[in-house]
Amino acid sequence: MQKIVKTIILLIFLFILSVFFIGLNRDTNYNTANQINKEIPDFKVSYLNKENFFTKNDLRKNNFTLINFWASWCAPCRVEHPLLIRLSEEKNMKIVGVNFKDKKEQAKNFLDELGNPYDVSTKDTNGKQSVLFGIYGIPESILINKELIVIKKFVGPLSENDLNYIKEIIK
Amino acid sequence: MISNFGNLLLFASIVLSLSIIYLSNKNLKLNGNQITKHIFQLSLIQSTTVIICFFTLIAAFIVSDFSLITVYQNSHSMKPIFYKITGTWGNHEGSLMLWVIILSIFSFLFLIYNKNHPKKFRLLTLIIQNILIIGFLFFILLNSNPFSPLSPIPKEGLGLNPILQDPALAIHPPLLYIGFVGSSIYFSAAIASLISNYSEKNFASSIKNWILISWSFQTLGILVGSIWAYYELGWGGFWFWDPVENASLLPWFAMTALFHSIIVFEKRNLFYFWVIILCLMTFILSVTGTFLVRSGILNSVHTFASDPTRGIYILSFLSLMIFGSVFLLFKKYKTENYNLNQNSKETFVLVNNWFMMFYLVTVLLGTIYPIFTDALSQNKISVGPPFYNAIIFPVVVIFLIFMSIGPNASWIKNKFDNIKLYFSILLGAILINLMIILFFKNFSILSNFIIISALFLILSSIKDFVVSKKKNNLDLGRIISHGSFGFLVLFIGLNYIFSIEKDYNMKIGEIKKFDNYSIEFKNLELKDFTNYQAVVGEFEIFNGKDRNILKPEIRIYSNPKTLTYEASIKTSFIKDHYLTMSNIDRSDYYNIKFQEKPLMIWIWLSVIMVVIGGLLRFFKNAKNS
Repeated sequence: MQKIVKTIILLIFLFILSVFFIGLNRDTNYNTANQINKEIPDFKVSYLNKENFFTKNDLRKNNFTLINFWASWCAPCRVEHPLLIRLSEEKNMKIVGVNFKDKKEQAKNFLDELGNPYDVSTKDTNGKQSVLFGIYGIPESILINKELIVIKKFVGPLSENDLNYIKEIIK
Repeated sequence: MISNFGNLLLFASIVLSLSIIYLSNKNLKLNGNQITKHIFQLSLIQSTTVIICFFTLIAAFIVSDFSLITVYQNSHSMKPIFYKITGTWGNHEGSLMLWVIILSIFSFLFLIYNKNHPKKFRLLTLIIQNILIIGFLFFILLNSNPFSPLSPIPKEGLGLNPILQDPALAIHPPLLYIGFVGSSIYFSAAIASLISNYSEKNFASSIKNWILISWSFQTLGILVGSIWAYYELGWGGFWFWDPVENASLLPWFAMTALFHSIIVFEKRNLFYFWVIILCLMTFILSVTGTFLVRSGILNSVHTFASDPTRGIYILSFLSLMIFGSVFLLFKKYKTENYNLNQNSKETFVLVNNWFMMFYLVTVLLGTIYPIFTDALSQNKISVGPPFYNAIIFPVVVIFLIFMSIGPNASWIKNKFDNIKLYFSILLGAILINLMIILFFKNFSILSNFIIISALFLILSSIKDFVVSKKKNNLDLGRIISHGSFGFLVLFIGLNYIFSIEKDYNMKIGEIKKFDNYSIEFKNLELKDFTNYQAVVGEFEIFNGKDRNILKPEIRIYSNPKTLTYEASIKTSFIKDHYLTMSNIDRSDYYNIKFQEKPLMIWIWLSVIMVVIGGLLRFFKNAKNS
């Protein structure tokens, strides 16, 4: 009898902890893991400096594009910025910056201070367009090819390894 | 530089903990009841190192050293010095440092204050406590390092969330942490007691004061959090059944149960395993709370930036603690025979524990149920106040009755005196309640039952005071705590019934009238302060007798750019007038929310008195030992 009780108690704890574990890893609406190898969604963001729109079709002329989501208020974005500057020297890939939930003035100051790696600078002031890409924290970057298929998604700041990976792919 | 120094100190603390474990283990094998001096010294050095490490972080905040990510993200050079300092623990990384400080200081103090207990028990407690310390230090170093460097160094920081720039919130985390991190020491002691078979009543005396002290601080911490929520969040309420509030309440229930049952254990040598289970449960619930809050698995007003890897780390730690202690408990568990008399004090303490467990399970279920439905069925639901109010409040009535009569039962005996006296007290409570109904002309069955039972507890406590003073066996701590708890429930009940709330859209010069009140919007001013601008409204509240001027504010903080609404509160002994104002886009109208909240100050005072009762008991115990 005592054995059964003990087993039940252990199972209850195991159950609760597993649910916590699942809860931590559950798919949220914003998960983009399933976007890899799929075409990117239709989107429409305006340029950082003018009111025209930039859309999916504007990406077709690039062999590879890295879409980078950033903001002036985001500390890790500062960390990854020098890497983006280095990546901007790559001829075979264009970098599109999406300035996420930011103030235009502060975004400009940020780029003036640290340099501008972006071939195209756009903004998503209310963050709604970024949701289509499944962005839930920044920085995040998405690497896509000419067919607009997502090759890889980088959550968090780009690292030296990510940089080498990207260079390898776009060679 | 500061980053390297901080990391070095963190690393040194790990090495010190390992050395303490190694030395204690070696010392265990020696004969005699003496603990070598080196262990005391190392333990002292370790606490000092952790404290220096924390002060290093404070220094980085004071001089606004933005080469540290934590400082950059949570401070700003223009912030008042006071909030620079308190910003140190207003974030995830810094607050974990506070964890480790309390773990190590408690570990050291436990070692030096328990000289009368067996060596094996003391050393094992120290070892377990240091394993916990190492666990948290690794968590800090690998995942939540406050000394992570940032390069290039930004010129300015992002600032601390303005609603956290508040004196109450400066002391809220330290108080709460002494409470629930302090419970680690009786977690360690319980495990040590199981391993070393130290199950006699003396074990109770080694931990009872630690329980009281952590319980007192936990209660104060919860109180300060509530006061802050009351005047800062602008809802006019003080308890929202928010998951994070619940997380602080769960260990509180377990502690409360624990320091009642430990009295029985100490007096009668009963309930040993139950006491052990409660000791383990209290700290496990504290860590569970931390997991729920910091992993981001729950949404709540406490917006610590969340990060799933943190969750995994705390969850692994939690699983180890749970399975480790459960296995140990199963191994050592022996069935205890309780031969309790129905009306003995032991039974009443057990009844208290049942109630505490009932509350604990209710709040735990309500808090984690949304996670379960989400993880298992993808259904997003939230459990709100109606659930808790419906389940908890009716039970409070019975609980208070037991709380009134329990303390007067005698040990062992099945005898209960003074039944007639209790009936007359109950009659008195009902009469006072009737007067309240007649006077205020307000009636609802449940709240009247609650008021009657609260009055019953208050009157019984007064009776206890008078009777025991005559007999010269006054237990002041208990009488104050129980009586004040009665007052607390009474004031909450009255506050709930007699609160008034009105919502209006007004512009300058307008007057709104209701019942015998009038609210006049007299003026609007723009003011500049060092770190924010404020739009200050001026309202006159007239209730037929008194005129009160209330000045709610809309504040525009510059770093980070945030809008906050500051309630204006006029507190008097009888009631609070509470006014918040918010702007309406593109119009000169403002939305006004006026509330009259009776007896607020008495609610806070009752909680303080409950704590004073606990502290009185603590000092009495300390004096006796």
